[in-house]
Amino acid sequence: MWATVVADLFRVVGTWGREIRDSRGRYVVTALPLLYLIAFFLVPFLFVLKISFATSAIGQPPYTPLVAWGEDGALTIRLVFDNYRFLLGDPLYVGAYLNSLRFATVATLACLVIGYPIAYGIARARPAIRVVLLVLVILPFWTSSLLRSYALIGILRTNGVLNQILLGLGVIDQPLEILHSNLAVHIGIVYNYLPFMILPLVATLMRLDFTLLEAAADLGARPISAFLRVTLPLSIPGIVAGSLLVFIPAVGEFVIPDLLGGPDSLTIGRVLWTEFFTNRDWPLAAAVAVAMLMLIVIPIMLFEYFTEREARRGEGRTG
Amino acid sequence: MNGRRPFVLYTAMAFGYAFLYLPIVAVIVYSFNESRMVTVWGGFSTKWYGELFQNQQILDAAQRSLLIATVTASLAVVFGTLAGLALARFGRFRGRGTLGLLTSAPLVMPEVILGLSSLLLFVSLQGLIGWPERRGLTTITIAHITFCICYVTVIVRSRLVQMDHALEEAAMDLGARPWKVFFVITLPLIAPALVAGWLLAFTLSLDDLVVASFTSGPGSSTLPMLIYSKVKLGVTPEINALATIIIVLIAIAVTLAGVVMHRNATQANNR
Repeated sequence: MWATVVADLFRVVGTWGREIRDSRGRYVVTALPLLYLIAFFLVPFLFVLKISFATSAIGQPPYTPLVAWGEDGALTIRLVFDNYRFLLGDPLYVGAYLNSLRFATVATLACLVIGYPIAYGIARARPAIRVVLLVLVILPFWTSSLLRSYALIGILRTNGVLNQILLGLGVIDQPLEILHSNLAVHIGIVYNYLPFMILPLVATLMRLDFTLLEAAADLGARPISAFLRVTLPLSIPGIVAGSLLVFIPAVGEFVIPDLLGGPDSLTIGRVLWTEFFTNRDWPLAAAVAVAMLMLIVIPIMLFEYFTEREARRGEGRTG
Repeated sequence: MNGRRPFVLYTAMAFGYAFLYLPIVAVIVYSFNESRMVTVWGGFSTKWYGELFQNQQILDAAQRSLLIATVTASLAVVFGTLAGLALARFGRFRGRGTLGLLTSAPLVMPEVILGLSSLLLFVSLQGLIGWPERRGLTTITIAHITFCICYVTVIVRSRLVQMDHALEEAAMDLGARPWKVFFVITLPLIAPALVAGWLLAFTLSLDDLVVASFTSGPGSSTLPMLIYSKVKLGVTPEINALATIIIVLIAIAVTLAGVVMHRNATQANNR
């Protein structure tokens, strides 16, 4: 019996060998990035999940092991659900979730309203001007959200640029207290993520056949009606892609609410940061991360579905 | 087209661009302010730049950040190019779905999750196999490569998709081996995408605060970590000067990359 097993094993290994020799290059090309991302992106989530079931302890690392040998020599696995119970029960955490969702939703809508006309103007500009306008949108995206939030502090502060301009123009008598409020967080998210909304919109609008609008006008449609019934429906892929690109990272944003928000602009990102760095409660921070993932897993799958579909469409066109 | 709509459109665009650039321009202008008071204009001065270049703490952090960013960008370009090649050229293969998911999910993953998960991996590995002994430049670089791969993949993949297959197929038909085809035909054609991908990975790594904060160890503070701790204390002219230098460097790099890619594209069209 063992002989057959060994023979089978050899055969299996042999088949692999042939398969590998035939497409050795392809295996290497695919395996290198795949293994790297599995090791350093996928596997870490298993550790996050594992540690979210531990209890924090004083020591290095600061949490209890899940698997331990009991006093009677038996292997015991201790899963502690306290972290999750705590997250669901404490109004502070529930409030932080709702805050994060609200910030992300409002900012996404604001990005859409501000970004759409810009994207439309870029898509319809002459090619030479379009390049310049596009570079001007992309340029701020290359600087970090840390520097951009810092730049916004200088604008929004009580004695900042905005208040000086408004006071100088006589629009207001008293400086506006915008910094360290929820409004400042909204402005910060819109400011930081606007390019992410504009770029997919431009890509979609540039593919749009503008003769359709002329046809609509010839048939007597007013510009507003032509926009609502032709342009807007055709730009939905760009709207969806841009909204997801803004919404998903905005939900977990830390830097913007931390620098621009007040003490009550608590978000999940800030809670995770505080639990980890200030309270040094790693298991609770891990549980917050798991809960955050639950919140964004559906938008992420939508994003993956849309990007894959767009990429396939491109490949189908040339290939 | 009627005359009123472009006016509304142009106003909206002007407002949008002003919104994007006013804060950055203000930082640059105030970095040349003589006065320490940020609200008072005390005349033109470059003294804050002088102070910056005498601050050893800042210079050390900048050196660390540049080293991490260079290594990160170079390795991310290698891995990202391989992933982009596989996704754009290999058709259906086992693991394609996984590779597609793993190269797009980090693009939208909140930074705090990327940072925390990387750190917990390193801590657990240390407990299991004793590596990494300490957290520092190596662990930050490994974590940075992870999300930078994805940006490079997107750029290389879309370049490969736009590119004409015919040259590669002709070389293949004439009996060139796949590796030779890649190095002689494909690589020169996608070179602009590699330059763009390298620059993007470089700036993403140079800019990162959150992932570096989680994965760094004692004595390995990066430039953004230093800036963050200073910003928490308030707006200062030194940080304005530092921010200005970073913004100007990035603007030059992006413009150069844009010119290179643009020229390459026109050449390709003329050929």
